[in-house]
Amino acid sequence: MYVAVKGGEAAILATHDLLAEARRGDPAVREVEVAQIREQLGLAVARVMNEGSLHDPDLAALALKQAQGDAIEAAFLIRAFRTTLPRFGSSLPVETSRMAIRRRISAAYKDLPGGQVLGPTYDYTHRLFDFALMEGESRPEAPQAASTLAQTMPRVPDILGAEGLMEPEMPPEGDPAPFDLTRQPVSFPADRDVRLQAMARGDEGFLLGLGYSVQRGFGGNHPFAGEIRMGEVSVEFVPEELGFAVDLGEITLTECQMVNQFSGSKDVPPQFTRGYGLAFGHSERKAMSMALVDRALKAREFGEAADYPAQQDEFVLYHSDNVEAAGFVEHLKLPHYVDFQGELELIRRIRAEREARLAPETTPIQEAAE
Amino acid sequence: MQSNEPLARRQGHFAVLARAALAEVEAVLADAPAIPPFMVLKQPETGTIMVEGRAGGGGRRFNLGEATMTRCAIRLEDGTLGFSYALGRDTAKAQKAAVLDALLQNEPPEGPMHRAMHRLAERQKQAREEASRKAAATKVEFFTMVRGEG
Repeated sequence: MYVAVKGGEAAILATHDLLAEARRGDPAVREVEVAQIREQLGLAVARVMNEGSLHDPDLAALALKQAQGDAIEAAFLIRAFRTTLPRFGSSLPVETSRMAIRRRISAAYKDLPGGQVLGPTYDYTHRLFDFALMEGESRPEAPQAASTLAQTMPRVPDILGAEGLMEPEMPPEGDPAPFDLTRQPVSFPADRDVRLQAMARGDEGFLLGLGYSVQRGFGGNHPFAGEIRMGEVSVEFVPEELGFAVDLGEITLTECQMVNQFSGSKDVPPQFTRGYGLAFGHSERKAMSMALVDRALKAREFGEAADYPAQQDEFVLYHSDNVEAAGFVEHLKLPHYVDFQGELELIRRIRAEREARLAPETTPIQEAAE
Repeated sequence: MQSNEPLARRQGHFAVLARAALAEVEAVLADAPAIPPFMVLKQPETGTIMVEGRAGGGGRRFNLGEATMTRCAIRLEDGTLGFSYALGRDTAKAQKAAVLDALLQNEPPEGPMHRAMHRLAERQKQAREEASRKAAATKVEFFTMVRGEG
């Protein structure tokens, strides 16, 4: 028998109104503008773009406003909107070696071509509150050097690669189009393109925890941050109707190249191995975590034991998507009245049966005691 | 293959227009002697493009994530086709940029719209250089402490 239950419409409508009021907060305080979020909460915007898997700073800022700053709820909004848009095609692969650098550091080489460019980073702040920010209205101005940075800077693994000390990174035969997990079901073992796409849209906190686990010994890598670079990269697209590449504008990207300890065999001399991370916006922690887990997931390719979670592609890929994870965890909030009624009846029956089973044994004792 | 100078120039225009604001595109159009009638072949439309990266920067291609983009196509009465493609969702800009693409193809390189495009490109270049000089100010100069005798 199926019993349909209706009701709750009025309550749901009222909760929408109450949510809107809660979101707005104290009406005596000025409402935050989407452009303010985009400009002043840029790191949160980047996270929402990555986990929502859609680059659009205005939409990500709107999502953050609508979700009261809940990054996962905001990513969910972005994902839902994305499904309403047609896909025009794929870009040419972004050329990070031609990035307009705003930050570029290496923990492996002190004097590398192009230099160590600290850029806008919290790394050298003291993590002391700046109470002046409570006053509002600041107009900081950064100093300018006499000359610009070099137009192109070599990527650190390429420097090592020139000496043959780095695991080569070449496109496979024919430079095939990548797998797209938004359109094809994932199967395991998953190839590197699948893993990188999954991690690029994966939860930063999940990947951070996994990356950390690898460093602490639940996986074999404690690498060097060979290079981290952040800046603007052009996105190019070849429209069918034109047949030549068109520059669509630029996006901010963060790239991390981890240099890991040696691998070698009878045929290949020992060389460093790579872990790679790439993310929209200034997203350094995300890119670093991704690079750590990317290397850990290569365990199979290098013939290493895959004993730990970060080395197991099925575990990582099935649990890194926070919109999916939140959906499954939070669906527990939804009415399960019928399921629970079934459980209730079952437990009552089991208990009744148990009592009935135990009853004949206790009765004679009672009789004996009398 | 014929000379690709006009193609390179047009590609440069696409890049500049993609980075320009609506008001800046309108300002260049204001330098046109007159805007001739045109037909909209493809209404401004917002969709996505899948942004690809390469593992390690130069290896296997992978899908990084999508980005919003907007495109538009128009035709002038003389048959010249104009297109626009840019990241983001600015549909008003898309149509004006497509008209401009067509007009620029018909104008000689020393014409007023080309000059306006050149000024716009210069402003964008200056903004890029300013960002680069600010980054360059954070470049580390290492000093080596020498201890003891050489």
